Amino acid sequence: MDFQHSEDRQMLADTLRRFLAERAPIEARNKAAYGETGYSPDVWRGLAELGVIGALFGEDVGGFGGGGFDIMVVFEEIGRALAVEPFLGTLMAGRALAVSGRTAELEEIIAGTTIVAFAHAEPQDRATGDPLATRATADGDSWVLNGAKAVVVQAEAADRLLVSAQTDAGPSLFLVPADAAGVQLHGYANVDGGRSAEVSLKDVRVEVSARVADDGTAAIAAAEAAGLLALSAEALGAMEIAKSATIDYLQTRKQFGVPIGKFQALQHRIATVLLEIEQARSAVINAADAFGGETADRALSAAKYTIGATGQLVAEEAIQLHGGIGMTWELPLSHYAKRITMIDGQLGDQDEHLQRYIALGRAA
Amino acid sequence: MDLRFTPEEEAFRDEVRAFLADKLPAHLSRKVKHGLAMTKADMEEWHGILHAKGWLASHWPERHGGPGWTVVQRSIFEDESARANAPRIVPFGVNMLGPVLIKYGSDEQCQRILPRILDGTDWWCQGYSEPGAGSDLASLKTSAVRDGDHYVVNGQKTWTTLGQYADWIFCLVRTDPTAKAQEGISFLLIDMKSPGIEVRPIVLLDGDPEVNEVFFTDVRVPVANLVGEENKGWTYAKYLLTYERTNIAGVGSSIAAFDRLKSIAGLLTRGGRPLADDPLFAARLARIEIDLANMATTNMRVIAAAANGGAPGAESSMLKIKGTEIRQAITALTRRAYGPYAQPFIPEALEDGYNGEPVGPEDAGSAAPTYFNYRKLSIFGGSNEVQKNIISKMIVGL
Repeated sequence: MDFQHSEDRQMLADTLRRFLAERAPIEARNKAAYGETGYSPDVWRGLAELGVIGALFGEDVGGFGGGGFDIMVVFEEIGRALAVEPFLGTLMAGRALAVSGRTAELEEIIAGTTIVAFAHAEPQDRATGDPLATRATADGDSWVLNGAKAVVVQAEAADRLLVSAQTDAGPSLFLVPADAAGVQLHGYANVDGGRSAEVSLKDVRVEVSARVADDGTAAIAAAEAAGLLALSAEALGAMEIAKSATIDYLQTRKQFGVPIGKFQALQHRIATVLLEIEQARSAVINAADAFGGETADRALSAAKYTIGATGQLVAEEAIQLHGGIGMTWELPLSHYAKRITMIDGQLGDQDEHLQRYIALGRAA
Repeated sequence: MDLRFTPEEEAFRDEVRAFLADKLPAHLSRKVKHGLAMTKADMEEWHGILHAKGWLASHWPERHGGPGWTVVQRSIFEDESARANAPRIVPFGVNMLGPVLIKYGSDEQCQRILPRILDGTDWWCQGYSEPGAGSDLASLKTSAVRDGDHYVVNGQKTWTTLGQYADWIFCLVRTDPTAKAQEGISFLLIDMKSPGIEVRPIVLLDGDPEVNEVFFTDVRVPVANLVGEENKGWTYAKYLLTYERTNIAGVGSSIAAFDRLKSIAGLLTRGGRPLADDPLFAARLARIEIDLANMATTNMRVIAAAANGGAPGAESSMLKIKGTEIRQAITALTRRAYGPYAQPFIPEALEDGYNGEPVGPEDAGSAAPTYFNYRKLSIFGGSNEVQKNIISKMIVGL
């Protein structure tokens, strides 16, 4: 057994950590994250030049990584730095393109010359297995898309949207230029930084070749699996920082003449935070290990459930142990707490994944 | 054992309900219900309406303009107001300073200050916490040095809620640096327009500048603005804190927020069924509902004891802890109910008159900011950890 990342992955993590610390420290991150574009195009370009995007994809499709632990390493660093650059959409859209054999488009993504957002979730709720409300109909040499997509992360940054839509043959994915006629974005800031958008599609006409997946279901599942792992690892990275900041505070903040970390009531609470984060790390390791295999879905739900539950504990305890200062915009911690909290709601919260875990167990 | 209110109390409840139905402006209750931002004018409007009715200063004796209510009546009024989505009044003058002046202030101070609290002329804020004195409030350092007919005040206060609107601040200041921590503190009233005062906003994690830092540099305060005796301020501060904690359980407003959450859970669907039918979400709802019902009775038990002359001790700490835990659980579950739509944040949409395109289900936009903002409940007014210290001190005594 060896629980160390491989040397290559460790180097990738170190490089990424140094780059983000230098180019996107928290003040710069906040300026970009809560600013007009919701991310830093400079930082994104720099990361692409470092080859970080390539780490998310396998050699067979032009990357140099693509395994579960590659995704874990990259997104843990993203979480540690609270990076808001469009990694999630890139990963999810890229994985869907990869399983569909669209390597030409993927190359542009890996090179950082094209940003693709993953537009799958919809404003209307639907039962598992129900068709998507967004429809694609064949019309001569083209497809025509109609519908709406919800909370598409960094959609405004994207050159293209990878849109899921129901066809007569089942769900499929379509690469839609962001400036195509009939595509409308209603962008907004997210409470935890970065921007998302509601996307409406009205008689959007795309070429036949824009349909990237014959089996949309598999491509969507591949995207979601990668997204779940990524978000879980991101939360883990953010939780590590929240924990360190809280430990520092317990050691330095004095009340009643002593550092507050002298109080046993608080010692036990930070101890719980620490052990729950270690449990969460194990959950992410389990998911990264299972990634791509037969038991992946269950391990991914286990991880997303765990980081959701642990995340709320860590975010709330980190703020509480800091007291009022933990609620201030000025302190980096508050931004970590927000990100950790909001990750729970992305791609299904802890309750949904607990139930999915149970259902997958029954099916097995 | 009889958990019912008396017929007189029920009649009073009807009277309160009729008043709220008649006088609570719809634009204010709408804002409270939907978690929208309250402006200064909003807060002043409700203050004025309650004052006109004579129901503003519910804790004050009748001779100073209070309604002469019993503890139970006050509780009924607070519950009904909260359930009708009435705004909470700004507490600093009415609920905090008022009772202290009535008990410890001079006649001159009462005559000069109390009417101006009632009619809204003066907006008060609280100068207790300092950067180095939070849970350990008695370690405060802001100094007041006597110079003829004045004190000269130097130092800094923090977490001053709504201090940006304040005309006056009541402060704990150190007048005897040689005495033991609690024994050298005085209670001073300071005009916010005095030269040497600077207010700087503190932006909270939801982007809201509701609290402030207040800096004092050689601020001259007339000795006439000392409350009670010099170096006895800690006694008054503790008395004030018991008032800060009245209605701390916030049963009424938690019930209102919970009812709202239940209706959201019936409207929103996930995986094709209403959230309320999702077994895990339903379990979360049920746990809160049970907790809330238990707390409502605990709260009434404390009120009944107080009505019989008991002084609130560890009970108010208990209610503060439980009340804030339940309220925070409601805000967390409300955020959870909106799923991914809790993430979009459009601050303008939380202001009156926003005409932009809404994002997600109704009220999704206020769920996360409210959740984050309400983390303060377990921190302020004596953190929940300090409350547990108080309880354990009373029961273990070591």
